[in-house]
Amino acid sequence: MSAATIVTLPDQATARIPKMNFLSKENGLLSWLLTGDHKRIATLYLISITFFFFIGGALAGLIRLELLTPQSDLMAADTYNKVFSMHGLIMVFFFLVPSVPATIGNFVIPMMVGAKDLALPKINLLSWYLYIVAGGMMLWTMATGGVDTGWTFTTPLSTHYLNSNVISAGLAVFVAGFSSIFTGLNFIVTIHKMRCPGMTWFRLPLFVWSNYAASILMVLGTPVLAITLVLVVLERTVHIGVFDPSMGGDPLLFQHLFWFYSHPAVYIMILPGMGVISEVVSTFSRKRVFGYTAVAFSSVAIAVFGFFVWAHHMFIMGISNYAALVFSLLTMLVAVPSAIKIFNWAFTLYNGSITFETPMLYAFGFMGLFTIGGMTGVFLGATGTDIHLTETYFIVAHFHFVMVGGMLMAFLSGIHFWWPKWTGRMYPEKVSQLAALVTFIGFNFTFFPQFILGTLGMPRRYAAYPPEFQVLNVFSTAGATILGVGYLLPILYLTWSLKYGEIAGDNPWQATGLEWQTQSPPLTENFPEIPIMDHEAYDYEWLDRQQRKEVASV
Amino acid sequence: MSDSTVTANSVEVDTHHEHPSYQRHHFETVAQQFDATNFAMWLFLLTEVMFFGGLFTAYLILRNWYYPAFVEGSHQLSIFWGTANTTVLIISSFTMAMSVWCAQMRRKGGLLLFLTLTFVLGLVFLGIKGIEWHEKWVKYHVPGLHWSEATFLHPQTDTEVYAEYHDRPLAPDMASKTEQYFFLYFAMTGMHALHMVIGIGILGFMLFRARAGAYTEGHYTFVENFGLYWHFVDIIWIFLFPLLYLISRY
Amino acid sequence: MNQQHEQTDQEHHVVSPFLYLTILLCLLVATGLTVWASYIDLGEWHIASGVTLFWNPVIALAIACTKMILVVLFFMHIKYSTKLTKLTVISGVFTFLALISMTLADYMSRAWGRW
Repeated sequence: MSAATIVTLPDQATARIPKMNFLSKENGLLSWLLTGDHKRIATLYLISITFFFFIGGALAGLIRLELLTPQSDLMAADTYNKVFSMHGLIMVFFFLVPSVPATIGNFVIPMMVGAKDLALPKINLLSWYLYIVAGGMMLWTMATGGVDTGWTFTTPLSTHYLNSNVISAGLAVFVAGFSSIFTGLNFIVTIHKMRCPGMTWFRLPLFVWSNYAASILMVLGTPVLAITLVLVVLERTVHIGVFDPSMGGDPLLFQHLFWFYSHPAVYIMILPGMGVISEVVSTFSRKRVFGYTAVAFSSVAIAVFGFFVWAHHMFIMGISNYAALVFSLLTMLVAVPSAIKIFNWAFTLYNGSITFETPMLYAFGFMGLFTIGGMTGVFLGATGTDIHLTETYFIVAHFHFVMVGGMLMAFLSGIHFWWPKWTGRMYPEKVSQLAALVTFIGFNFTFFPQFILGTLGMPRRYAAYPPEFQVLNVFSTAGATILGVGYLLPILYLTWSLKYGEIAGDNPWQATGLEWQTQSPPLTENFPEIPIMDHEAYDYEWLDRQQRKEVASV
Repeated sequence: MSDSTVTANSVEVDTHHEHPSYQRHHFETVAQQFDATNFAMWLFLLTEVMFFGGLFTAYLILRNWYYPAFVEGSHQLSIFWGTANTTVLIISSFTMAMSVWCAQMRRKGGLLLFLTLTFVLGLVFLGIKGIEWHEKWVKYHVPGLHWSEATFLHPQTDTEVYAEYHDRPLAPDMASKTEQYFFLYFAMTGMHALHMVIGIGILGFMLFRARAGAYTEGHYTFVENFGLYWHFVDIIWIFLFPLLYLISRY
Repeated sequence: MNQQHEQTDQEHHVVSPFLYLTILLCLLVATGLTVWASYIDLGEWHIASGVTLFWNPVIALAIACTKMILVVLFFMHIKYSTKLTKLTVISGVFTFLALISMTLADYMSRAWGRW
């Protein structure tokens, strides 16, 4: 894009991918299926979640196609219910929750802390197998007729009224939950116990901090979802009302238990993404992240506050006014650490030597879209406006701005950022910059009209709508098409780059993280010898000295 | 606290490359390995706390709503068997603690003895639980599967319990809520029993390995961590006992 | 190799069997106590209109908590473990209490009606 770039690649005529690396060490299917190597498990995860992303994406395409016209003509209303439910379930539990932690986090966290592997490699592999089992169950659910509860399993709809595959969907999410618990548990243990000499807490890259915070949420929140789903399944099978009011249960109890996990779950989804942005913004501004400590603690603050705000999903469900007031105030508190992050990234950019490589473009996308998503969250957190806006397209737009505009942008940013480390090859810069741009434009076209639709009062989760909403829906569907192209491009050129990409060398971005100080792709044991951390995180002066030393010694 | 000592150790030990066979390659020292797995076990127990936490929350809400049904439901449980089971489980916790001690002291005979005792006590617990569950089946108190609320509409028919507590008949809509009580009873004790079964399975595996002397040569991490699990299961029962059995006995 | 064994053994506090036995006796006594207490009507305390505290479940739970603390401190060696492990236990209790208390906050304040 611009002439200024920080990319330094080795001389392509002589450069070679290192012969010994984690990809080449062993061959054969079994060496992958029985591996304990966090980088290989991350690769398995990457392939699996990409698969589920495209299934979820195809379902999203169907939703948008149906909403092109006011009548429910492409599919029956029941089918539409199933399609958006499966879209939600797959995207939340099989893409967003494991996206950054289980792939990028799995790949780089041990390297960032200077360890040979995660603390519990077998548990890590088990987590992937659980994911696959859960994914298989979810596909089976879909193949045998799907589920139409929405991703929230709302009772008594899910336990009393529906005849779709609630049980297998519930069990799939139950198993996926344990996969996520084991990933989180592994990260926490690794970050506490496996740091290399000299790696103090405040020398950790911010990506590690944010994944640590997300892991706490996974470990403490997910089991509550698990037991809630067990109760839903039991209620469906033996017909005892814990949640079903007609049998003496309490549907609000379900909502409390469900959102006790599922609100923190949105932070499980966004926090690791914020970590990616910290890394990328710092690297491409050539500056230490402004207010490192504040950003680090804001992650933990989001995690802690995250447990005290769940009832803002229930303002219109008949919870007490007093509780609503308290939960509303607490919800506003979460805006503070989120804003700290946004402001600090902005200050990191200030006076930095900014370059516009693809990860940075995605990061810019994240910062803009997440800010919009976050700010509209404040509208929804306020009890008064929430009553008007909830269950409309406003809320759909809000969480897509955070989850897609935020997390997915961050995921793609991270994938591009660490791709050279992962594969040893560069992705093609120009076309990927184009993809980032297309994604951003497509995204805004898709979801911005939905804010307007929501304020006009178009309810969510219906296959049909009054004709006066059609113009904006057409906009949205058109945008989704562009967005689809934006997501297809990376998978094409990234696959292409596996063979034809330029050799990246150890540190194409001249980044400071420990993961960049080893070869790409890394050795199975990550480092030839355990590194000793002797500088602060994002210390670009240290990097300069280091490189001058290397040149001198050569 | 331990973090700093571990990193310090790892520098020190790295200089002489002697690794005992039980040290996994990605750990720098045995101490680090112990710390990491022990911490992981604690984190796993955290998830277990929250797992049972959801059940306890459901219990709390429903108990407050349907208190009379919960009282008469709990009168159906046998204090004798409940107390006996609590005692059995507490003693098994003690024998488990002693197993850890024996492993620490490298006393193979003692370890085998105490592990066997724990194993047997675990089975006794499940046996008693089985007796209690069977009684519920006989009395049509298994919600959803083998259920009748007749006992709570006509308490006199259950002479044994009636003689002790003189329960008044519940109104029909409240009587039907005893099903909620028994549902939670089975869900909570069932989930607990499932943990016991898994624990007993692992105990069997440990007995097998302990006979080969696996834990009495300095590396007892597995015994220690399993002990944590076993004590946790004990703690869950410590709460289930008063919540399910002792609701209102006076 | 021997060196390392000593190292690990030194790090872990070994609790004496007598202490274990004492804890066992305490736990058994507490079990007896909680059964005994459940047969006595301990009455209730009217805190405010509509809010009543029954002493029986409070006592039962207090005894259960005491037993839990004994098990956690001694059988599970928390008394001798690192700050990190202690913090882990506390965070579990904290989150559980957050779940219970925030949920109850809703249920209890529903009776207050609208303002």
